[in-house]
Amino acid sequence: MFSRAYKAAVTLPPLLWVTVFLLLPYLLMFCYSFWSVSESQTIVHSWNFSNYAQLLRVDVYWQTLLRSMSIAARVTIFSLVLGYPLAYFLSFYAGRKKDLLYQLVIIPLWVSYLVRAYAWKTILGSEGVLNTLLQYVHLTKHPLEFLLYSPFAVVLTLTHIYTPFAFLPIYAALEHIPRNLVEASHDLGATPGQTFWKVIFPLSIPGVVAGATFAFVLSLGDFLAPLLLGGPSGIMISNIVVSLFGAAYNWPLGAAISFCMLLLVVSLLFFSERLEKKWSFS
Amino acid sequence: MELLVSETKLVSGSRWLLCHAVAVFAFLYLPIAVLILYSFNGEGVGGFPPHHLTLDWYRTLFADGPIWDSVLNSLQVALAAMVIALTFGVPAALALERAQFPGKALFRRLVLLPLILPGIITGLSLLMLFNVMGTKLSLMTIVLGHGTALISVATTEVFAGLQKLDRAQEEASLDLGANYWQTFWRITVPNLKLPIIGAALLIFTLSMDEIAVSFFLIGRDNTLPLEIWGRLRRGITPEINAVSTIIFVFSLVAIVFWYRLRMRGESAAEGETR
Amino acid sequence: MTSTAAAAGRAPLLRIQNVAKSFGKNVVLRDISLDVAEGEFLTILGESGSGKTTLLRIIAGFETASAGEIWMGEERLDRQPPYRRRVNTVFQHYALFPHLTVEQNVAYGLRVAKRPEAEIASRVAEALEKVKMSAHAKSKPSKISGGQQQRIALARALVNRPRLLLLDEPLSALDANLRRQMQVELKSLQREVGISFIFVTHDQEEAMVMSDRIALLRSGELEQVATPRETYGRPATAYAAQFIGHTNLLKGEVRAGAVRCGLLTWPADLPDGPALFSLRPENIHLMAASAAKSGSVRARGKVRHQAFHGATELIRVECGDGMVLVVRTPGSSGMLDEVELEFSPADAVLVRESPERI
Repeated sequence: MFSRAYKAAVTLPPLLWVTVFLLLPYLLMFCYSFWSVSESQTIVHSWNFSNYAQLLRVDVYWQTLLRSMSIAARVTIFSLVLGYPLAYFLSFYAGRKKDLLYQLVIIPLWVSYLVRAYAWKTILGSEGVLNTLLQYVHLTKHPLEFLLYSPFAVVLTLTHIYTPFAFLPIYAALEHIPRNLVEASHDLGATPGQTFWKVIFPLSIPGVVAGATFAFVLSLGDFLAPLLLGGPSGIMISNIVVSLFGAAYNWPLGAAISFCMLLLVVSLLFFSERLEKKWSFS
Repeated sequence: MELLVSETKLVSGSRWLLCHAVAVFAFLYLPIAVLILYSFNGEGVGGFPPHHLTLDWYRTLFADGPIWDSVLNSLQVALAAMVIALTFGVPAALALERAQFPGKALFRRLVLLPLILPGIITGLSLLMLFNVMGTKLSLMTIVLGHGTALISVATTEVFAGLQKLDRAQEEASLDLGANYWQTFWRITVPNLKLPIIGAALLIFTLSMDEIAVSFFLIGRDNTLPLEIWGRLRRGITPEINAVSTIIFVFSLVAIVFWYRLRMRGESAAEGETR
Repeated sequence: MTSTAAAAGRAPLLRIQNVAKSFGKNVVLRDISLDVAEGEFLTILGESGSGKTTLLRIIAGFETASAGEIWMGEERLDRQPPYRRRVNTVFQHYALFPHLTVEQNVAYGLRVAKRPEAEIASRVAEALEKVKMSAHAKSKPSKISGGQQQRIALARALVNRPRLLLLDEPLSALDANLRRQMQVELKSLQREVGISFIFVTHDQEEAMVMSDRIALLRSGELEQVATPRETYGRPATAYAAQFIGHTNLLKGEVRAGAVRCGLLTWPADLPDGPALFSLRPENIHLMAASAAKSGSVRARGKVRHQAFHGATELIRVECGDGMVLVVRTPGSSGMLDEVELEFSPADAVLVRESPERI
């Protein structure tokens, strides 16, 4: 239906921009990962695998990556545990208040990440709200140290940030389920509980996969929460990258790690897409 | 004719669901509530319960020069990023929804990647680009970074709006003698008004809050989030509570407005098909 | 208007007593009382907005009545949640589970009831056989046609051996020929299986073809409950007369044992006063020159319009005094101009007025 000129006009500009400002930078990053940094703090364009070799050899990178994945996994599980029942409640039980409640869930999403992470710092610190409250009601005598500057704080904050991200696709999937399927299930003798496990949950799986992917990938690459609240035991892989581009000046190594993360994310996306397709029935 | 919706009786299981929902909402809003509360606290941060309430921190905030400079910077960046994101995001949505061309799948993935990719990767890769090109870091580079990353938001919103569009309208326009360009400007774009405004609002708000990409592309001038970030590195000042509260209020207004716009768009579409 | 199971010897399976339903200020059903006999094929017939679907959903359990009771045998049906009622539904858009195969869909109710696997397998096979869908057992619903989905929805409901089957306009999404075919199949299926069917439709022809009895619903009230023949031949109200088939409504005045209606007059054993009569087009005949029957009412008029309907023809005749009669003749009558009509007074059925309902 649409003329060649129209198609060209509509496709080429974004294609060009995206090629220059997305594809090209990624390729550059790929190239950087093969270079190295010289003694005098300049980047040497000698092509080798030394950076990748370093990643494999040196423990700290592996450990940090594993810790990051463990944190991301925990955040994902908690986000799903918090987000799914919430989405289910909104979709099937909220009735007329559904819209209002939906807005209430997405509002925190757009309120500054920094603001919210900082707020948790205020709450969790040894002089912070939670500790002083606990002491005030005499539940504890001394401030609980593990609350802040620990992986616990990072997981807590990231769960707080990413639960709405997990919620959104789950809610969309649940809303998509025709209500007459629920009635049919009841009609055939299944209780609401049986109906949930046999009909509703299977049909919502694509949403769950999407939500889990969002939560996992975004927490994995997060560097602000660990920096603000993680302390030395809560360092994640992105923090290492940041320092390599900052004080520890080693762009090629940083690029190598970044590129690995890019590959990891892209493969995760690929798998989750396959999984979603497998579980979608419309 | 819509079948009347059946009432779901409240079963004991749903009482647990309700409790869970309330708990999750409390969890989501707790830090924000604390922030707002302590922005009025005389003793600043920490300590419970908050003592004498005061507007001091707000007064300090208003006198704080660098913060307002950074706000101005952020506003400029947000507006410019909005323009870029929409200029390339709207055609991208059209291309994805309408046209068939080789490499369409790759194009789609590439455009939508920044949505889910951690910002640090997008920021770093752009940094390397600018380094190789010899571009100095400044607000301009931040604009390019935000614009590129937020194209995905524009595309997603406009794409959703396009899917709701009735093709018959455009076909009618062509039938009545208008060519493709005229149809585009007279029929397609006016129908996309609401999604575009919604996308603009969203892009603006996201740009104002953006840190990950900006972190690597910053020159001499700070954006608001980075200014706050800098202060946080040096220690907590209660002013930050005040500025955070203000940011919260603005975001709240912006997002509610965006949501209302979207709902209006949906009910308008429904009304037409009746 | 109340109705009990008229058919001799059949005990009522379902008793609907004074059921009413409102959604907020919107009154959808008013004081419905109706009995359904064992093994009966009952159709609830009505226009959209008449409340027929709401009534069905109340019986199924997806809505609760605002007033009234429903009894099945000795139990209060309306007190039970839908999953405990021995009632199954065939939904208007089938509501097949997209993530389960045809076989799994049909087996659903049995699985939920935790029947033994061997029993499930044999009953499902039997049900699929009955609806002639055995070959598609392993397919997914998205891969079969609308007509086939409808059969599966039927099998899924029947396999549970409910005491009552509810069908919510199941044929409305099918094209005309398939629809006619399914009407016959459904009717014979019901005879074979022997359980009561409550069938909801807005199609009066469908209702007449399939039902043992028709319950005509208008604006939330029952207009008439009777067999198809009775409903057609002796409609109780003007609405019933007009909704089912074509009719001529004649407004007349009774005086001293005779009806005067425009230029027509005939004897009627009725009290004095205004009266409304329903006269079916096929009961009016074109009079041949010498074929005047004694006692028949005669009229003369000019033909305004002829519509060919295949087996019959509908002719609009203007007979003086503004009266227009629609006449149905077998076959085609050629081009007509001035005609003489006759009908027997016995075919003019007295009907009640149907007042406007809010």
